[in-house]
Amino acid sequence: MVDTATPRVRVPRDATAGEIIEIKTLISHDMESGQRRNGDGDLIPRSIINRFTCDFNGQNVIDVAMEPAISTNPFFEFMAIVPESGTFVFTWYDDDGDVYTDSKDITVT
Amino acid sequence: MTNRIFKSGLGLLGVLAMSGAAAAQDAEARLVLNEETPMVTVADAPEHMADTGIRTIYSGWAFRTGTTQELQADDFINPAFLAVDEAIVAWDEVDGTAGESCANCHGDVEESMAGVRAVYPRWNEEAGELRTLAAQINNCRTEQMGAEPYKYDGSEMTAMEALISVQSRGMPVNVAIDGPVADIWEQGREMYYTRFGQLELSCANCHEQNYGNYIRADHLSQGQINGFPTYRLKQNALIQTQNRFRGCIRDTRAETYAVGSPEFDALELYVASRGNGLSVEGPAVRP
Repeated sequence: MVDTATPRVRVPRDATAGEIIEIKTLISHDMESGQRRNGDGDLIPRSIINRFTCDFNGQNVIDVAMEPAISTNPFFEFMAIVPESGTFVFTWYDDDGDVYTDSKDITVT
Repeated sequence: MTNRIFKSGLGLLGVLAMSGAAAAQDAEARLVLNEETPMVTVADAPEHMADTGIRTIYSGWAFRTGTTQELQADDFINPAFLAVDEAIVAWDEVDGTAGESCANCHGDVEESMAGVRAVYPRWNEEAGELRTLAAQINNCRTEQMGAEPYKYDGSEMTAMEALISVQSRGMPVNVAIDGPVADIWEQGREMYYTRFGQLELSCANCHEQNYGNYIRADHLSQGQINGFPTYRLKQNALIQTQNRFRGCIRDTRAETYAVGSPEFDALELYVASRGNGLSVEGPAVRP
């Protein structure tokens, strides 16, 4: 598995005002649940991404609390209405304090 | 009780519908990658298959359910691309005593590796041997880079193979079977028709005589390898051609050959040549 979480995001490059667009996000992450045991019988500590947010021009689009049952490499697909040109900012919060971000510009024509 | 009858009624319908359908899941379905790269998943069988009784060759994609097929049509949701991303990093990474990376010699992977996957396994004139893509990658690592070879079917190898394969997607498989490889190809063909294991099954028993039928819950394909390395959902991992060979032979309850052995190299050459004309699909998604 990968050592560092790498976010990937797909947002259309342009849209018409008020159009509903589809957004897909994927981040590579082990999502260790904290339930499993290693070869010695000891619990493997929980290490997951616990929160995912998407904002558009400072306005929140989606804010997700994530739990340990979510599988490896969490994938989110959701819709958003785009009123104007701007930037989508995506943020993932890791248990270990790391924060991963990615952003995509969209032009309203 | 009513529910049960209803269910078995549906099952019967399913069987009837299947026996009437073509061998493939949906003969009309077409694979287009990322809405721009059309793939050939059905083609006329290559000439050397004239005496096999197979007139049409199908990619394994054609035997899969719609949801699995969709996973392959979009690189964003194809799970194999996590590995491809890792290999893009590895391509530029200096490794070994020679201080070289793949990129130092080969430059841009998109240019230098276009068409490579389509012609492998192929004869290496200089070394006087048949090389699979994996063997060639490891030869580069040990001879050019002075690096440790990848494990033949390990995750680093399959990722690198996937990255190289991506550059040939949509190109027809075109493996040479004559000249210096003719004898090896013949050896591979013999293996294909040799029954192995306690179950006494040859490759041909399933993939030539029974493709389209079910072997317990598995829908048998023609065993084409144009989609390898392949992301297998049941294993949650990218799987290499010879790893799958080993799995197949194990399932016949036989002692298998090792990955990277001359026997599997010969078999890979032969099986690859049965797909001449199909598009390179790797990394494909299979159940």
